[in-house]
Amino acid sequence: MTVGVLALQGDFREHCAVLQRIGIDPIEVRLPRQLARVERLIIPGGESTTIGRLLTRYQLLEPIRARAGHDLAIWGTCAGAILLAKEVVDQKQGGQPTIGVMNLTIQRNAYGSQLDSFEAPITMPIIGETPLPGVFIRAPRIIALGQGSEAVGWLADGSVVAARQGRLLATTFHPELTGDDRVHRLFLEL
Amino acid sequence: MEKSTWTTKVGLAQMLKGGVIMDVVTPEQARIAEEAGAVAVMALERVPADIRAQGGVARMSDPELILAIKQAVTIPVMAKARIGHFVEAQVLEAIGVDYIDESEVLTPADEEHHINKHKFRVPFVCGCRNLGEALRRIAEGAAMLRTKGEAGTGNVVEAVRHARAVYGEIRRLQSMNEDELFTYAKQIQAPYELVKQVAAEGRLPVVNFAAGGIATPADAALLMQLGVDGIFVGSGIFKSGDPVKRARAIVEATTHYNDPEIIAEVSKGLGEAMVGINIDQIPAEQLMARRGW
Repeated sequence: MTVGVLALQGDFREHCAVLQRIGIDPIEVRLPRQLARVERLIIPGGESTTIGRLLTRYQLLEPIRARAGHDLAIWGTCAGAILLAKEVVDQKQGGQPTIGVMNLTIQRNAYGSQLDSFEAPITMPIIGETPLPGVFIRAPRIIALGQGSEAVGWLADGSVVAARQGRLLATTFHPELTGDDRVHRLFLEL
Repeated sequence: MEKSTWTTKVGLAQMLKGGVIMDVVTPEQARIAEEAGAVAVMALERVPADIRAQGGVARMSDPELILAIKQAVTIPVMAKARIGHFVEAQVLEAIGVDYIDESEVLTPADEEHHINKHKFRVPFVCGCRNLGEALRRIAEGAAMLRTKGEAGTGNVVEAVRHARAVYGEIRRLQSMNEDELFTYAKQIQAPYELVKQVAAEGRLPVVNFAAGGIATPADAALLMQLGVDGIFVGSGIFKSGDPVKRARAIVEATTHYNDPEIIAEVSKGLGEAMVGINIDQIPAEQLMARRGW
């Protein structure tokens, strides 16, 4: 199985390190020729405006859109979740490019500034009963789920922090910054 | 729910990796930086080149300016406090900046003590010239580092010197036994526990960007290849002939730092770079990198 990690910007090395720990040798994807080699793609945390601009500039948007959910499983963490959503609230002035393949509405920086970044446990039954450590950094919030997308992870207050639509997965938090690799394992089976 | 933990402080820096943080002095410049793909902006009243040219005491920026810049963009906004000036840091935390740079570019407020950064909820980035300085800052609570370089010069030589010093020392540490680590920690005036950790892991415990003198896409890629996690560009963008084009080019060179063909492509037709200064022509007392203890 060939797994790629989008390496335009963000914490892609942390994702690569988790994959290596579980026996996968990932490909760093910066250009279309690297994308063409992978069957699964992780979009890391980072700045969605930066990654969106580089996706456009290096002709990655269309090939990702064309394959998303079909012969390309995709998981977006934080900025990656923003890039996967069809509707993005609180975009930068003038709007920003996204991949836009999941029927989700997501709000950027929804909890406030860095001072409101937080850690809290997440309930995610599809990976097991033990709560998942959740790290939320200037995190977005999933505010609506559309047709075909289902909530798969929640905070204690019931707010949705993970969603799945077939072979597409979005999490507003960062499993790659914790020692818990269960979401990575889940993604490898999508 | 727990806010402002060490993981969230260090974590924001992780999210900035592979990116470029740009100095801006107006909301308009902040918009240009965001549009060009900056991962964050540093809100300032004067860029280092102007601080250097105009002299006088350089202080924290007007909170009104910082808030106007915060309003203009959706990416993180950083701001600088003087070394040791913990009240400037309190003010910056009160207005909700995303990161504080305790910076040698401003005139130091305390010639012995840095800010006790553990007392703050907002994370700090600090400058370093070598491993000892880097680990002293981490011990004081810095959640991110940047090699200092020499700000406002457009000359990359000091940034290279400091990056080579930090990563060279880490490589040397990995060959030492425990007896030698005790002595080395003493020599570089760094806490033994942090020295031991770096030796075991072969890397710094926090993200480290390069700063101070980066003016071209090739400069950015050079520092990335030397091992830094990302790039601060101060005067290099808005003191150049075509800031929009140069900003985009430095962002792309930082992403594709190992791809000389792309670096060549983005380096074409950028217009004039900022005028550089040779370090040996700067009087010793005006070298900013020497500030910090």
